[in-house]
Amino acid sequence: MSDPSRPLLEVRDLRVSFETEDGLVRAVDRVSFSVENGRTLGIVGESGSGKSVANLTILGLTRAENARIEGSIQFRGRELLGMGDDELRKVRGNEIAMVFQDPLSSLHPFYKVGWQIVEAIQAHRDVGKAEARARAIELLGEVGIPRPERRIDDYPHEFSGGMRQRAMIAMALVNEPSLLLADEPTTALDVTTQAQILVLLDRLQSEHGMAVILITHDLGVVAENADEIAVMYAGKIVENADAPTLFGAPQHPYTWGLLRSIPSLTAASGEELHPIPGSPPSLIHVPSGCSFHPRCPYAQPRHAEVEPELERVDDAAGHSVACLLAPERRAQIWEELRK
Amino acid sequence: MLQYIARRLLWGVALLFIASAVIFVIFYALPAADPAELRAGRQANEAQIEEIRETLGLDEPIYEQYWIYTKNLVLHQDLGYSYEFDVPVRELIFDRLPPTIFLTLGAVVFWLLVGIPTGIISAIRRRSVMDRSMMVTTLALISAPVFWMGLVLLYLFAEDVGQVQVFPGIGSYIDAETLWQKAESLFLPWVVLSASFAAIYARYMRSGLIEAMEEDYIRTARAKGLSERRVVLRHGVRSAMTPLVTLLGIDVAILLAGNAILTESVFNIPGLGRLTFTAIERSDLPVIQGVVLIGAFFIIVFNLLVDIAYAYLDPRVRYR
Repeated sequence: MSDPSRPLLEVRDLRVSFETEDGLVRAVDRVSFSVENGRTLGIVGESGSGKSVANLTILGLTRAENARIEGSIQFRGRELLGMGDDELRKVRGNEIAMVFQDPLSSLHPFYKVGWQIVEAIQAHRDVGKAEARARAIELLGEVGIPRPERRIDDYPHEFSGGMRQRAMIAMALVNEPSLLLADEPTTALDVTTQAQILVLLDRLQSEHGMAVILITHDLGVVAENADEIAVMYAGKIVENADAPTLFGAPQHPYTWGLLRSIPSLTAASGEELHPIPGSPPSLIHVPSGCSFHPRCPYAQPRHAEVEPELERVDDAAGHSVACLLAPERRAQIWEELRK
Repeated sequence: MLQYIARRLLWGVALLFIASAVIFVIFYALPAADPAELRAGRQANEAQIEEIRETLGLDEPIYEQYWIYTKNLVLHQDLGYSYEFDVPVRELIFDRLPPTIFLTLGAVVFWLLVGIPTGIISAIRRRSVMDRSMMVTTLALISAPVFWMGLVLLYLFAEDVGQVQVFPGIGSYIDAETLWQKAESLFLPWVVLSASFAAIYARYMRSGLIEAMEEDYIRTARAKGLSERRVVLRHGVRSAMTPLVTLLGIDVAILLAGNAILTESVFNIPGLGRLTFTAIERSDLPVIQGVVLIGAFFIIVFNLLVDIAYAYLDPRVRYR
């Protein structure tokens, strides 16, 4: 049925905009990316860059009267964008599952954790309660919840933050999805728990052989987990590369900014962090030309007029960038910044 | 939980005592008129009034009177004698309670059956023509006075004076013997009493559900691949319904406490509300006192029930 040579998920020219009282919100603007079986794609960007909307759209969770969605989302050769609600429902939580940012608000406060997992199983499998419950216990154990046979009857508020996120992950995995969308899965957690969850995700990914899209604002999170990384800004992908290339030879000034704003343990204590000046643009009034130009230290007057296209970079396969600076100039600036 | 309930029950008893003391002060220590004169009636002479004062113990000092009043209340559940009807107040109240209970419970069923689904449909079809017309209707129902709506319904549907003679009219409850006849005669009162409540509950349900449907856990439920029906009913409504339980407890308590007075008056139903009305009209102090005390009792009991229900409905609320 599905062509093995094609990626598991292929998003092409996705545009998502919302009609609001304040104007048209262009949340996602001609975004393309793809994920191969078993691989991890990291999507990085500040809040409001459209990364969450893009992923919610994969599962049709942005469908609304005021939403305009165009482009193509092919999953195993099937088009998800035009798919009927009932058919799409069979994909959700079954073939493609999702983990959200805040596990406390993402779990229903009035239902037991186990009940919520059993519900996810029974939404797609015709299995009895006892069997579903056994499966839920098994998964809770697998994500590292101690004494799962007892904790299954706890309410979400009786779990710690990290435990809740583990439970969310267990719930996402019960139906053995081939693609997991993890939307800021560690943002609401404290740092030590973050690391545990990332290790867990990595382990589960290889054990279950699933592909993962890891959405985050933190390049540090994708550094170890992602195979490919897409950097989003103001609804567009501005740079796209495999992880070593993106960290070793980034081409976009925004990526430089993100890299330079990560605190490093190895840095000398006196060394400064370099925050990106300004704040992300409103998606209603996206700046003309290159949308990063108002915050870009290397912007030329021309950059406010011409919109950059995502273009191939020669250094590595699959590396592309949307920047109006000349390639030589970019290489030169990055060399200077590295020192 | 059991410990919590026990403590709340004790506290409830204490509250009832406080309420009874306040009632005593209002009606005996600071009466608007001399109770003895009221008891004696219009054509009484001084000697008769004096005699009554003595029988009622009104010549005793206040604390002595309060002691007797409390003792009778606690030991014999005795609320005194009605000035007007010359029967024990307790008997009067127990006589009038069943119609009020029947009227209230029927109305509750009506308003929940109408209000909740209306609210749900309005919330999920938000801003649709249906939503808007439902909300305008609820506004009209909330604003329509009970006595007006009661008279209109009687004019339209009563067996005696109605245009379409379907339902028993004014005073039919008194003659009704079987349960079915009583229910039939209460049909119009149920509609009238439940109308504004149904409207209020519909609005609460609507806003509660709209709010709930914005929650992250609703997105999770959808992402799990649940049907939209299940997302709304099992996840959204489950959250939106919890605050309504509080509201319901208080509303039922207040109605049982005699607040269905207008409906009972329009349809001449011999309930607690009508009893209160006559008692106030005739300054029948012991009856007023008894009704107020029963009202306090209902409110305390239903508050406790609401809190217990809440702990059951919202597991985050834990009582120790």
